[in-house]
Amino acid sequence: MSEQAHDAVGEYRYGFHDPEQSTIRFDKGLSEQVVRDISELKNEPEWMTEIRVKAYHHFISRPMPKWGNCSMLDDINFENITYFLRSSKQTEKNWDDVPDDIKNTFERLGIPEAEQKWLGGVTAQYESEAVYHSIREDLEEQGVLFFDMDTGLKEHPEIVKKYFCSVVPYTDNKFAALNTAVWSGGSFIYIPKNVHVEMPVQAYFRINAKNMGQFERTLIIADEGSSIHYVEGCTAPTYSTDSLHSAVVELIAMDNAKIRYSTVQNWSANVFNLVTKRGVAYSNSVIEWVDGNIGSKLTMKYPSVLLKGEGAHAEVISVAYAGEGQHQDAGAKVHHLAPRTTSNILSKSISRNGGRSSYRGLLQVTPKAHGCRSKIVCDALLLDEKSRSDTYPTMEVGNSSADLEHEASVSKVSSDQLFYLMSRGFSEKEAMGMIVNGFFEPFTRELPMEYAVELNKLLELEMEGSIG
Amino acid sequence: MEILKIDNLYVSVEGTPIINGISLRINNGEIHALMGRNGSGKSTLANVIMGHPSYEITSGHIEFLGKPLEEYEVYQRARAGMFLSFQYPPSIPGVQVGNFLKKSVASVRDEPLKARDFRKELNQAMSQLEMDKSFLSRYVNDGFSGGEKKRLETLQMMLLKPTLAILDETDSGLDIDALRVVAKGINDVAEIAGCLIITHYQRLLDLVKPDYVHAMIDGKIIKSGGPELALELEDKGYDWLEA
Repeated sequence: MSEQAHDAVGEYRYGFHDPEQSTIRFDKGLSEQVVRDISELKNEPEWMTEIRVKAYHHFISRPMPKWGNCSMLDDINFENITYFLRSSKQTEKNWDDVPDDIKNTFERLGIPEAEQKWLGGVTAQYESEAVYHSIREDLEEQGVLFFDMDTGLKEHPEIVKKYFCSVVPYTDNKFAALNTAVWSGGSFIYIPKNVHVEMPVQAYFRINAKNMGQFERTLIIADEGSSIHYVEGCTAPTYSTDSLHSAVVELIAMDNAKIRYSTVQNWSANVFNLVTKRGVAYSNSVIEWVDGNIGSKLTMKYPSVLLKGEGAHAEVISVAYAGEGQHQDAGAKVHHLAPRTTSNILSKSISRNGGRSSYRGLLQVTPKAHGCRSKIVCDALLLDEKSRSDTYPTMEVGNSSADLEHEASVSKVSSDQLFYLMSRGFSEKEAMGMIVNGFFEPFTRELPMEYAVELNKLLELEMEGSIG
Repeated sequence: MEILKIDNLYVSVEGTPIINGISLRINNGEIHALMGRNGSGKSTLANVIMGHPSYEITSGHIEFLGKPLEEYEVYQRARAGMFLSFQYPPSIPGVQVGNFLKKSVASVRDEPLKARDFRKELNQAMSQLEMDKSFLSRYVNDGFSGGEKKRLETLQMMLLKPTLAILDETDSGLDIDALRVVAKGINDVAEIAGCLIITHYQRLLDLVKPDYVHAMIDGKIIKSGGPELALELEDKGYDWLEA
């Protein structure tokens, strides 16, 4: 193998990679032809091809964002990225049918085990497409549709056509346009009226190849009175050259429905993670984004909710961890478009070893949205002098009946806290890990237990070598 | 057995001398009370023994269990059996008391901790300290009243079973009922440990009988004696010692 792991970030546990498997691999670079070829390969309806091509042209003409981290964004070489790579001929329903290397990878990541223990369904995506997919029979019997997005489009084109790009139009931003042009994989979920999916369903995204672009597209529709908890995780090998992950997620919560979408993003430190996540919430529905960003080189992601129906509620709980060479530009956007809508935003970030984390938030209340309530809390923890934290909050409030709170704090780990914990038998590293895990606890406690345990371990590991 | 040996100790904080020549011996089973006005250096002594990084030993020598103190990191002192009950324990947001106690006991004790045995021990100690179970799911010292903090310190001391217990004003902020409860905890620990109790008041010493009492002024132990010295200090203050 010519691909050498990048030693500088040796603490990353998921940095291993398989020999590259490809049954179909497109040449690097992007053109209208590449976009058309992806669509043709997938045998898509013409309307989808058309959207893709339009989105491609929008992507080409749209300048790079002039905010976030411009110098890092300028490092992306769109010509050096593989836009489509099929590594397995088909999506399997049985792990034994998944090619060995890929199956082993997911076993190392603990996916089949988690599936047996606590999940209602699993999609495992490897490079551009799902290699494994399954859903519990009882959910299927209740009419829950859970597919990888490509299959979703094949089996239920009418639903996809109705909602695709309805929450995140391809004109939304440059990377949403890119995703719409070359999307592949992701999840498609429809929950029928009044069905409650009790066990979480999970999607796991793995990039294996070097200079890979992963562009999954996820669409979740929770019909009236239904509920679901969707969990996603992601990792990639550590390479010395960059990969690009640019997803689009669209959620639709009908009246009285509830969608919780939990993410633990742990890309290796050579992945650009530029993701658009947005949900639309109708009357008395709830959309919750539980969003953890631990890995990646640069993340720009601001889970959003459009509160369109009266009494709808948005909850965004996010954490970001920025270590050496990392910039986590994360946050939340909530648009109060209807009366008596409510939202809570809690953002917590840790910066260490020169890492940078930013909270970028937008809270909008339109003139006709009376009686809205929102609370925003941003806490940043700096572990050393050379790290950085910024907050960019924006509020656009169109009427005076809104009840808004905004709290922000920046703190450092105090030597008194460390001393106290060490006096109780913890080494300095353990003490630091404890403080950091405690800081993230309001986030971690919202995760399924298995994820919480994993995240705590991950952060403790990150504290290795953090003590000068 | 000699647990703590301090010889002619001088300590500075950011260049300011705070302790100016202290010598002290503590054997196991002994209770020593250290009394003095605010700012006399009592807490500094406690923190120096535990190893707070802000304090600098400029001269003198401390031995813990026969080994020079500087051979132990702070956490190694704890694991070797040293315990400091903090005057102002800091809060650790997000870390639940129950989890914290379990981890702390597991790191201080050498043998692996059986969950069931630990729970039993914990329940027993908590009921002795009249602490409600709800404590366990709260965050360490976060939003605790002064009295709650002192109870949690005492609980930790009982679970960690130290060989040297240093109590820095554990009695302050406690009402008389709480004081009685905490004193019982201290007495249990004191049966096997060496104890250094820092206090302003006689009232704790009515409940925990010291073997030795030391009066501290300006970073020096001016006078040492038996329990009667504490009563004398309570009665006369410290001025007569300075004369």
